[in-house]
Amino acid sequence: MEYIKTDLITALPELTVLFMAMFILLLDLFIKPKNRIVIYGLAQFTLLAAAYFTVVTYNPSVGYAFSNMFVDDPLADILKLMTFLGTSMMLVYTRQYMQQRGMFRGEYYAMVLFALLGMMIMISGQSLLTIYMGLELLSLCLYSLVAFDRDNARATEAAMKYFVLGALASGMLLYGMSMIYGMTGSLNVAEISSALLEMNTKNPVLILGLVFVVAGLAFKFGAVPFQMWVPDVYQGAPTSITLLIGSVPKFAAFAITIRLLAQGLQPLAVDWQDMLLIMAVLSIAIGNITAIAQTNLKRMLAYSTISHVGFLLFGFMSANLNGFASSMFYISAYVLMTLAGFGMILLLSRQGFEAENLDDLKGLNQRSPWAAFLMLITMFSMAGVPPTLGFYAKFTVLQAALQAGFIWAVVFAVVMAAIGAFYYLRVVKLMYFDAPKDNARISAPVDMQLVLSINAAALLLLGIMPQTLMQICGVAIVISLQ
Amino acid sequence: MIFNDFIFYTLAAILLFAGIRVITTRNPVYAALHLVLAFFTAAGIWLLLEAEFLAIALVLVYVGAVMVLFLFVVMMLDINLDKLREGFWDYLPMAGTIGLLMAVEMVMILSGKYFAPTTVASKSADYSNTAELGRVLYTDYLLPFELASVVLLVAIIAAIVLTLRDRQDSKSMNPAEQVLVKKQDRLRIVKMDAVVETPSVEDPKADKEKS
Amino acid sequence: MDFLANLFGSYWPAVQLTSWTLIKIIAIVLPLMIAIAYLTLAERKVIGFMQVRIGPNRVGYFGLLQPLADGVKLLFKEIILPTASNKTLFLLGPVLAIAPAFAAWAVIPFDATLVLANIDAGLLYILAMTSVAVYGVIIAGWASNSKYAFLGSMRSVAQIVSYEIAMGFALVGVLMCANSLNLGKIVMGQAGGFWHWYFIPLFPLFIVYFISAVAETNRAPFDVAEGESEIVAGFHVEYSGMAFAIFFLAEYANIWLVCALAATMFLGGWLSPVPFLPDSILWFLAKMGALVFFFLWFRATFPRYRYDQIMRLGWKIFIPITLVWIIFVGAMMQTSLGYLFH
Repeated sequence: MEYIKTDLITALPELTVLFMAMFILLLDLFIKPKNRIVIYGLAQFTLLAAAYFTVVTYNPSVGYAFSNMFVDDPLADILKLMTFLGTSMMLVYTRQYMQQRGMFRGEYYAMVLFALLGMMIMISGQSLLTIYMGLELLSLCLYSLVAFDRDNARATEAAMKYFVLGALASGMLLYGMSMIYGMTGSLNVAEISSALLEMNTKNPVLILGLVFVVAGLAFKFGAVPFQMWVPDVYQGAPTSITLLIGSVPKFAAFAITIRLLAQGLQPLAVDWQDMLLIMAVLSIAIGNITAIAQTNLKRMLAYSTISHVGFLLFGFMSANLNGFASSMFYISAYVLMTLAGFGMILLLSRQGFEAENLDDLKGLNQRSPWAAFLMLITMFSMAGVPPTLGFYAKFTVLQAALQAGFIWAVVFAVVMAAIGAFYYLRVVKLMYFDAPKDNARISAPVDMQLVLSINAAALLLLGIMPQTLMQICGVAIVISLQ
Repeated sequence: MIFNDFIFYTLAAILLFAGIRVITTRNPVYAALHLVLAFFTAAGIWLLLEAEFLAIALVLVYVGAVMVLFLFVVMMLDINLDKLREGFWDYLPMAGTIGLLMAVEMVMILSGKYFAPTTVASKSADYSNTAELGRVLYTDYLLPFELASVVLLVAIIAAIVLTLRDRQDSKSMNPAEQVLVKKQDRLRIVKMDAVVETPSVEDPKADKEKS
Repeated sequence: MDFLANLFGSYWPAVQLTSWTLIKIIAIVLPLMIAIAYLTLAERKVIGFMQVRIGPNRVGYFGLLQPLADGVKLLFKEIILPTASNKTLFLLGPVLAIAPAFAAWAVIPFDATLVLANIDAGLLYILAMTSVAVYGVIIAGWASNSKYAFLGSMRSVAQIVSYEIAMGFALVGVLMCANSLNLGKIVMGQAGGFWHWYFIPLFPLFIVYFISAVAETNRAPFDVAEGESEIVAGFHVEYSGMAFAIFFLAEYANIWLVCALAATMFLGGWLSPVPFLPDSILWFLAKMGALVFFFLWFRATFPRYRYDQIMRLGWKIFIPITLVWIIFVGAMMQTSLGYLFH
């Protein structure tokens, strides 16, 4: 009985989120629709409380719980804090959107919190089992959230595609995990790694398992050749949900990639480096080139995500601590950019109107110079124009890859990034040099305007002074992976 | 041992037959029933392996609950079989190739070289794998077990969120209110004076009131 | 014997075991059949008396030969196969209904030694068997190709699946107290007089179990699967003769079964209620009989439930009650009052 007490304290943030999610679910039954803002407040409070517990129980060493299935290391703590921050911002951005579309319901917040719980479990997963369970928890919440606007045929179709392909990906991941378990005899990531050191790593079963694991991960990330769900889901889902799918879950995906590849299968690095290289190069190429042809803003951002995932994989590819740290930096930058990008779409949308086409951005500068400027920073950051955060993020991953000796791949990536800059800058051109199509006033709650401004400002400021964030990423990776 | 082998091969043959019928039979109800048969025989094979808990759980959960609901739905749906099976065989080359590949992979991997069968020490007579599974589930695997329950909870919420609609035309009643009805709510006793005048028999109005 | 032993050679022990088991099965099934037959008579008599009628009294003294007469009549009636029905499944239906009803008896302990299969997961086995029983009803209703039969079987499926959950949870309480899934051990956990029987600490579960048992067996007041005033006779409307009789047998076998289970789980099985009387199989039979009497009493007393109310009772009342009580029992076991629950 005693051991469980320390286990529970280690998992205090997770427990907070779990209990609050269930509490919100129950409270929603008894609350009047007009008072539902209370639920929103409770969700934000939950994030705050979970962040508080994460900080309070912060411990610069690595701790284990639940028979070593759950790990509490600086990497987990920092990723969780970032996830809380991202989720909180996402809730601020989406409140009005959901209210206007009749989706402002208690279940939305409960589902978001359950998804958050899934991400936290993934981030702290130290066993193949917990990683998989966390992933399923997250995916299940996301599938149903995509279909949340249930009378919308396009959203339903997107949910169906997402569900079927996601289930396939889970199946592949699980199949790969089962082979690795079969060969190493353990589900624990650390034990797998030590077992691998003592055996022949050219074993075909291991390689087959690795292929399936990498394919499953690539599916969840949306890397080429497993990217086909990304555009449809991003476009079909309600923008608020697209914002959720595109942003914080990437932290969790990053975490499980670290746990599985860097911690568990590091002895097989030679093999997975090649697989990641191919996927990274293809993702950057296909993502950037296809994005040029898009007229739908959400779809364009989906392809941009694919190319960003490619860059992220560049960091992983180098398979050393420097590379992982640069990947972590990149993912943080990516999430901030995505939040700002989709936040802008939410800002421009209003009752009965979705600002999801590129044409809707025409002449934004004349309608609202402030909004246009925020979008400008976001687009510059996504394109990697100095001195924004996006530039520095791309710079670090490419540097890491260069040091690991992937010279031609880096050159290719730089060329592709230059091609990709075209479609980001096109958005800027539309905003500043075209005549507006409609002149509706942009109205948004003050808190959303404020947070969005801070978000865009962060893209600029962190680009100028990236050292702190870079240091945090580096320290987290070094302590946790050694 | 020979007897065990005999039972195993019989069950395995039935299982294969049932599995093939699930995908080849034209009638979805038959397919579902064959699936039930497949579950049953699989449970039999598990019993042979002395995994009685898993065997019974398979029957209890899949046969007793999941497949019942499955049949319920399949029987309720009016499925146009011919339309459904249109182009069924078009997928054969693709599906056949993938199936064959998987089979080859399985044979390559499972054919002894990597996963050699190890003989399992026989357990003492009072060994109960139900108790053993329970112990492990609530100690070593507590976290994944509880997570599984959260996943199921989310599935329930998702199903309700996506399907429940408050119907405006529903005539459902609240049984609690019905039960709580008192005599006073429905019955009013009016004190009236006795009627003095006698109505004539031919009066049609009085007749109506009587009836 | 020696001759037989020579004939089978080394297989003789196996043959011996098999035939001995077969004899035991017959020893259980035969009395069970008789009990079923006389339950039909008892039902008519009891309900008759409750409604101030006499009931059957023509065939034999006090109507005692009535079940035999009914049996003979049904045996000689023609089994009609509806033209548009699915022949194989139509005939499979009754078999699937009765097989689990009998198979479940394998693990019921009649007294400390008298049990066919003393297996560890006995309770799970029983749950599995009772949950399989619904297939008879589904298949019969579907294969008949008749609207009424189909409606009846759909009602029955939804009802049985719903009440199975409450029933299962009620039994979870029992196995928490008994710390075992073995029915013999569950009974022995209640030794020491009737104040040790589980129906006292688990009273809400006992009530839920018993009412769910009525619903599981499709008996009045939950007999909407038959609902003779609404859907004629429900799932067995197209059956006649022996095929119908088998459904009838299955229903009554199930009544005995759920009562035997209730007696085993909550009322101490073969144990005597007071320490100064010896334990015996007679106690078990008496407890079972008393519970069966309730089934007949219910039928004579309660009007049929409306279908939506049946579902509401199962999902919104019974399942929450059982869940709350299981948590309560679990919590109490951690306190100093835990001994009350063992």
